[in-house]
Formats: sequence, C-alpha cells, structure tokens
Amino acid sequence: MDVLKEVGNIGAGNAATALSRILDKPIDMAVPNVQMLPFEAITDRVGGAENIVLAVYFRVEGDAPGNLFFILSPEAAKKLLHYLAGLEMGTEDEFSEMEWSALAEIGNILAGSYLSSLADFTSLSLIPTVPALAMDMAGAILGYGLLQFGEMGDSALVIDTTFIEGQYAVEGQFFLIPDPESFDKIFIALGVPMNHD
Amino acid sequence: MIDEQRIVKVGMAELNIITGHGLIRTTGLGSCVGLTLFDPHTKVAGLAHVMLPTSDIAREGVLNVAKYADTAVPTLLDQLISNGAVKSRIVAKMAGGSQMFTFAGTGDSMRIGPRNVESCKIKLSELGIPLIAEDTGGNYGRTIELNCETGILFIRSVQKGVKEL
Repeated sequence: MDVLKEVGNIGAGNAATALSRILDKPIDMAVPNVQMLPFEAITDRVGGAENIVLAVYFRVEGDAPGNLFFILSPEAAKKLLHYLAGLEMGTEDEFSEMEWSALAEIGNILAGSYLSSLADFTSLSLIPTVPALAMDMAGAILGYGLLQFGEMGDSALVIDTTFIEGQYAVEGQFFLIPDPESFDKIFIALGVPMNHD
Repeated sequence: MIDEQRIVKVGMAELNIITGHGLIRTTGLGSCVGLTLFDPHTKVAGLAHVMLPTSDIAREGVLNVAKYADTAVPTLLDQLISNGAVKSRIVAKMAGGSQMFTFAGTGDSMRIGPRNVESCKIKLSELGIPLIAEDTGGNYGRTIELNCETGILFIRSVQKGVKEL
C-alpha cells in the first residue's frame, strides 16, 4: 500500500504542478489515500451518494486498465473556470457549452500529467480515453467506476488525492480505481514482491 | 403525537425490507437499478440496489445475492413472503439503469444500465410478478424511496426534479 501511495503522490504531484502552472498560482496537495474501501465509503469521500458533483471521467487503457475520475464541486468548477479561462462566474447552476468544454480540457491536462507520471514511474503504458463529463449525484457517477470490482466483492482499491488552492479554495479530487486485474501488473512493475495468501 | 418518519436505507449492492409504516430508500442510482416489491394488503415492501445483470460473471468468494439482478429479485421476493406478503398480490416498480457516460467505442460495460433493467424484467416475468411502473434509462442519477403504506415510489434526480410512480 505504501508504494501505491507513493505512486499516487507522484502522479498527483505532477498534476498539481500542471494545475499551478496553468493557474500561475501555488497549489497544495493533500497526501493521497490508498485504501481498499467499501463502495459506500468511496462515495462518502465526496460528501455522500446524493451530493452533486462534477466529474471528468476517463477510462484508462493500456497495460494496467482502470477508471480515473477528476471530481470537483460545482462551485469549485465555476471558480476554476473563472481563474483559468477568465470566464464570468455565473450564479446559476448550469454550465454553458463553452464552460463544459473548458472543463473537459482542464481535466484532460490534469489527467494526462497524472497518468504520464504514473506511466514513467511504472514503465507501464497508461492511455486515457477522451474525457466524458457529468454533473450528477456522486453515487451515480462513482458507481460506474466500481462495476469491474462488483464482480469480485463489495470494496475497491482507490487512490484518492485532494488539491487545495489555498486563497481561492479550489478543491478537486482524483480517484484512480485500477481494475482488479491491474494490481499485479502495477505491483510487479514497481518491483514489489507478490505474496498471495 | 407526531411519529418520527422511519427510514430504512439500502446501500449499493444491498437489499432490505420494511413493514408497517415508513420509507425504504436508496441514493445515487446510476447504472444500478433500484427494484422495489410491494404487497399493498400487508404493507410489506422491499428494495434491492442491483449493480450487475447476472451472477454468472461473479468471481467473488461468497456471492452477494443483492448485487446481481438474477439473484436479487428471487431473494427479495422470498424475504417479502417470509414477512407475511402474499405472492399473488406483490407488484414491482423500478428505477435507474441509466448510462452515466456516453462516448463511443468502450465495450460492453457502457451498456450495463440497460442490461440491468432487462435482466430485472426477465427475472420478474419468470417469477410472475407484474412490473406496474418504471422510470429507467437516460443519462442521469436517481434517488428513490418507496412509501410502504401507499406503495408510492418517489424518484428524485438532479436534472428532472421529483417524480411519483
């Protein structure tokens, strides 16, 4: 688990650097959590199954497939758009088509830098698909990333990281949920001895 | 005297029943299906938060019957019956089974929502339980709760507001 935490750290560190470069502001990053969590606990991490979140979702293909979510509160997304793209911060909950595609692009940049540092570190090829966006209940969104795990049990491995942009409090979270089959590949790539009990 | 509303919560890949009065609820259904069974005479209601269409794909050690449509429906039915419900009176309602993300070329798991819905329907008809209402499909999440006195199913979604079935 420690080594996975380190991997998450490096990935998130790079993504935080990318974000702070585009925003031209320092970005702090909370130490990632790597845990096998029951499904319910995973949605609790983003405020409960009913909490409305904005998610940029990527299916990760390549050597160690999995699901990657970049999750923001709608307020944080509005702030991010405001600071980044200089878009007026609307008060309404809706996002325009322009804002939507800007968010997809931000998600793309962050996920790209997150994954490419994981790929460098593990020498595995990890390729994100095009981003898909949704703003909806966290349970409905994250549930989608748990399907592969559903076949095996009621908990999933989650590498979760939080960004904090202090002054403006833009917070976002990465959830990497590697497919069950990907664990061994990641561990082997990291040179961790395998001991299956 | 005001009675505090009793709420039974059902989590992802869980099932439960409620009798007498109160609500049974599950939150944040995406591609999962919330299947409810209800006997209006004895006021016995049950809810399953179904995640996957068939237990054939299960690779887990101990099978969680609540998780798969083909095992959750008969298990829930048995639980209703053992709590006093009569099979010939039981009716089903369901909601969920959406496709949260739509983009091309990513295999069968993209269609998991519609497949969950189909699988629940097949199982219900095998068991002879009429499906009297449904709110399925789309690309949005739902929270549902069944009132076990009236049998009314409330459905709440971010995009479509509140609906009653």
